[in-house]
Amino acid sequence: MITAAVEEQQNYLNAGYGLKSWLLTKDHKRIALLYLATITFFFFIGGVFATLIRIELLSPHGNLVSSDTYNKLFTMHGVVMIFFFLIPSIPATLGNFFLPMMIGARDLAFPKLNLLSWYLLVIGGLFAIFAMVAGGVDTGWTFYTPYSTTYSNTWVVATALGIFIAGFSSILTGLNFIVTVHRMRAPGMTWFRMPLFVWAHYATAIIQVLGTPVLAVTIVLVAAERLLHLGIFDPARGGDPVLFQHLFWFYSHPAVYIMILPAMGVLSELVSVFSRKRIFGYSVVAFSSVAIAVLGFLVWGHHLFVSGMSLYAGMVFSFLSYFVAIPSAIKVFNWTATLYKGSISYATPMLYAFGFIGLFTIGGLTGLFVACLGIDVHVTDTYFVVAHFHYIMVGGAIMAYLGGLHYWWPKMTGRMYPEGWAKLSALVIFVGFNLTFFPQFILGYLGMPRRYHVYPDEFQVLHVLSTAGASVLAVGYMLPIVYFAWSLRYGKLAGSNPWKATGLEWTTASPPPPHNFDQIPVVTHEAYDYSAVIDEEVPVG
Amino acid sequence: MVSEPHVETLALREQFDTAAQQKDASSLGMWIFLVTEVMFFGGMFLAYTVYRNMYPAVFGAASRSLNATLGAINTAVLLCSSFTMVLAVRAGQLGRRKVVIIFLVLTLILGMVFLGVKAFEWNEKFQEHHVPGPAFHLEGTPQQGEAQLFFSLYFAMTGLHALHMVIGAGLLALLIYQTYKGRFSAAYYTPIDMIGLYWHFVDIVWIYLFPLLYLIDRHGVKP
Amino acid sequence: MGFRLFPEQASTLAPQVDHLLFFLLAAAAFFTVAIFGAIFYFAIRYRRRSDRELPKAIHGSVPLEILWSVIPFGLTMVMFTWGASVYFTGRSAPADAIQIDVVAKQWMWKLQHMEGPREINELHIPLGRPIKLTMTSEDVIHSFFVPAFRTKQDVVPGSYSTTWFQPTKTGKYHLFCAEYCGDRHSGMTGWIYVMQPEDYAAWLSGETPGATLAENGRKLFQDLACANCHKPDGSGRCPALAGLFGSTVSLADGTAVTADEAYIRESILRPAAKVVAGYQPLMPTFQGQVTEEGVLQLVEYIKSLSPEPKAPSQSRDRQGAVRNP
Repeated sequence: MITAAVEEQQNYLNAGYGLKSWLLTKDHKRIALLYLATITFFFFIGGVFATLIRIELLSPHGNLVSSDTYNKLFTMHGVVMIFFFLIPSIPATLGNFFLPMMIGARDLAFPKLNLLSWYLLVIGGLFAIFAMVAGGVDTGWTFYTPYSTTYSNTWVVATALGIFIAGFSSILTGLNFIVTVHRMRAPGMTWFRMPLFVWAHYATAIIQVLGTPVLAVTIVLVAAERLLHLGIFDPARGGDPVLFQHLFWFYSHPAVYIMILPAMGVLSELVSVFSRKRIFGYSVVAFSSVAIAVLGFLVWGHHLFVSGMSLYAGMVFSFLSYFVAIPSAIKVFNWTATLYKGSISYATPMLYAFGFIGLFTIGGLTGLFVACLGIDVHVTDTYFVVAHFHYIMVGGAIMAYLGGLHYWWPKMTGRMYPEGWAKLSALVIFVGFNLTFFPQFILGYLGMPRRYHVYPDEFQVLHVLSTAGASVLAVGYMLPIVYFAWSLRYGKLAGSNPWKATGLEWTTASPPPPHNFDQIPVVTHEAYDYSAVIDEEVPVG
Repeated sequence: MVSEPHVETLALREQFDTAAQQKDASSLGMWIFLVTEVMFFGGMFLAYTVYRNMYPAVFGAASRSLNATLGAINTAVLLCSSFTMVLAVRAGQLGRRKVVIIFLVLTLILGMVFLGVKAFEWNEKFQEHHVPGPAFHLEGTPQQGEAQLFFSLYFAMTGLHALHMVIGAGLLALLIYQTYKGRFSAAYYTPIDMIGLYWHFVDIVWIYLFPLLYLIDRHGVKP
Repeated sequence: MGFRLFPEQASTLAPQVDHLLFFLLAAAAFFTVAIFGAIFYFAIRYRRRSDRELPKAIHGSVPLEILWSVIPFGLTMVMFTWGASVYFTGRSAPADAIQIDVVAKQWMWKLQHMEGPREINELHIPLGRPIKLTMTSEDVIHSFFVPAFRTKQDVVPGSYSTTWFQPTKTGKYHLFCAEYCGDRHSGMTGWIYVMQPEDYAAWLSGETPGATLAENGRKLFQDLACANCHKPDGSGRCPALAGLFGSTVSLADGTAVTADEAYIRESILRPAAKVVAGYQPLMPTFQGQVTEEGVLQLVEYIKSLSPEPKAPSQSRDRQGAVRNP
């Protein structure tokens, strides 16, 4: 493709100007960008809370903010990061943009519903922001009863309402994806020719659709308990507060897979493209996504090992938790095996992918520790758990999200990001992340409980180390924001397929035309067949 | 294949290739939505099952205080409304506009009757102090707390069901208006079909709620 | 206390948990090194030398997939079994454990020894004896966490939870609340003092010589006029309570329960929940009239009426502190 022609061509960005052409758009690509702006905003807010938390913990005596404020900080950090950043992150931006393109569709099955989903996220976010501005909420993102229903005097209902509404956004996105994958595939795009990114999003969508409604009803019951004096979880009336935990984790454990499965999907694309190899064990990787989605629904009880659940329930949940570890492990092995005899490029997305595999491996392996009954009793509700889930959700999900963003940035904007700065950001984030969260494993095993505003002096050294790492991490996260913005104007023109990748999204112009393809493609070969894009074969030396 | 997106019509939106593909997508979407609804109500059914097992005696006593006659009438009303809804969908399929409107209006009326009866029942609960809160009192059991659990679930479940009815009624009203304006034809009546599915779902939820809340232990021995 | 990287081991459970940890650490280290090593090696060995390179496609290998599913799975099953057995040990209190009652509230721990002494945010216990805690909360969920003992148990309002430990080292150990419980959550901490048995005996006798827990319970039993109906000879309108604890009770609905702490607590607060066969549900609820501490005292009193307790605990016989009134 000639670069001059790209500029003249009509694409989804120059198809219309003005606010209305964005706010009323039905184009999945524009909606993806709306999401991108929204979740970046929320990431920033959540990041500010995280920064304050880390600064506060520099000193063991709680000098910076009051305990009341601290409790609100970690609550709002969790609420914002989980419900308004991580849950929508990859599916609503990269998934929204590329899932239809990868299967050769002009759009999602329900474009208006897609726009509605974005509005729901924004409205939910406004409720959450209102709650923060009005005085905050201090229940922890887990909203455990009876604290959340009876004892907290903060803006629980407004926050709950925000999460409830944002939940519908997630449900509708999942619904849209499932229908799109089932009904909108281009001719020849069979299930086993789909890129693994699509498989991962399909599996994610199953969780969104089955899990989120349970969170929704649980939140409604908490709000009803506060507002209408219903008492479903009220121990004073014979209600069982642990029932709330069961219902909550029935969603919130699978929700971890809502965050990590799309990241795994991104990883499969990156590892394949940048080693120019078909993913090793394609169908095993595809099925492992679905296996994670299904098994993920059977393990929620491992959050309740010390809640007074019966001994045998504990054993069953621990046993099942190990089952869900296997498909994740299989993915890591297959990605590694894909590198074997590949042609491995060190482009930024691949560096992020390496970072993901490293951090996800550590996060996943420490998952074996917390699934282990004997150890979980000691480490649950400590910094060990905090470190573990940050390795998965920040180390894993955000590394993959950034890797994917770099990889598809040329397609989304038509411009390349600056490679040197981008490599630097990948390095800084990897180092900063480990420095922040690795000490927290040690803290946790030492017995430092989570959600502590003041803590015994002997934990200070490790906390200071963690805070130091967090400042490095913050710099790492600022870098992409700056150079991505810079590249919009000054970046090199990308051309339609700068990576020599195989997905259908690379067969159309960058940025893509409003309906993605000038002509709906007919698919004749499986995914990751690089012989189709590389004209001259040079054997690997 | 289709090179340029075709001219958009109601029956064939621009992202689809054929009308059949679009109809398939809509109904798959609706069924998935109903699955999410099953999970939504499922949370409350679970809570109900747990507490019923913990406190069978109180739940029996509280259940007996409900007005089963009104519950039965409402069940009949809803079943009839599902029947009229089916007839509306059938008429839509045949493209008979007037008949569609008649049956949709009938469905709407039956839905309103249901809500009216429900409102009457709730009002009774207020007068009998069967609403959870400080003023709650249920005769015949010393366990006022657990009795409140039953009524908490009763109000949560019937309340959210009624909310679904209200939404359904709103959708019916919209359908009636759109049918009147001539939006639908034998070639395109998907919304009538889909809202029909929704209406049946809400009906089915009640078919479970009625025996669970009103009937189990109806003739149980008073402890 | 200075900086450290590994927590103290001060209970019989602690070395068991730590051994398990070392096994998992070794397994984790093995996989981390293997994966990182493979990635580094492949990334360097097969680095891209020309942008036109096209490696040969490899589709996968079924034997490899089976190998790297089955071996990790087998390994996780070892983790599961070992972990479950440690958990089982940590949950099953020996019959001769010293009983201590714990009531948590925002934001303090209230602990009662059977012999009478009560403590707040401090617990004195003798070295080398198993200690069993029966815990409940007056408000929200708390969690009793002693890192040096590797023990943690949520304390849930509305029900009893138990945990136990056997200290192996004298000293002063952190007690934390590990479940977020509101504003001063991080202030809900305390100390566990493990003492030589003779020091402990001295400490016990040095505490204000109050009534034992069971004696307080008996007093409460009288104040609440329970004996009007629960007559000792069984002639009252309600069942006699002597010998109740640990026995199997037949209920009006045809089922049977073992009379443990939770059953007695429920019967005081929700009398109609489980009615004894042959009796009418006449008893009023005492919810709101007795504090959680009071209920625990009543439970101890009723337990003391069983001369030879069959289950969970025989502490008061060994202590010789409580006798039938």
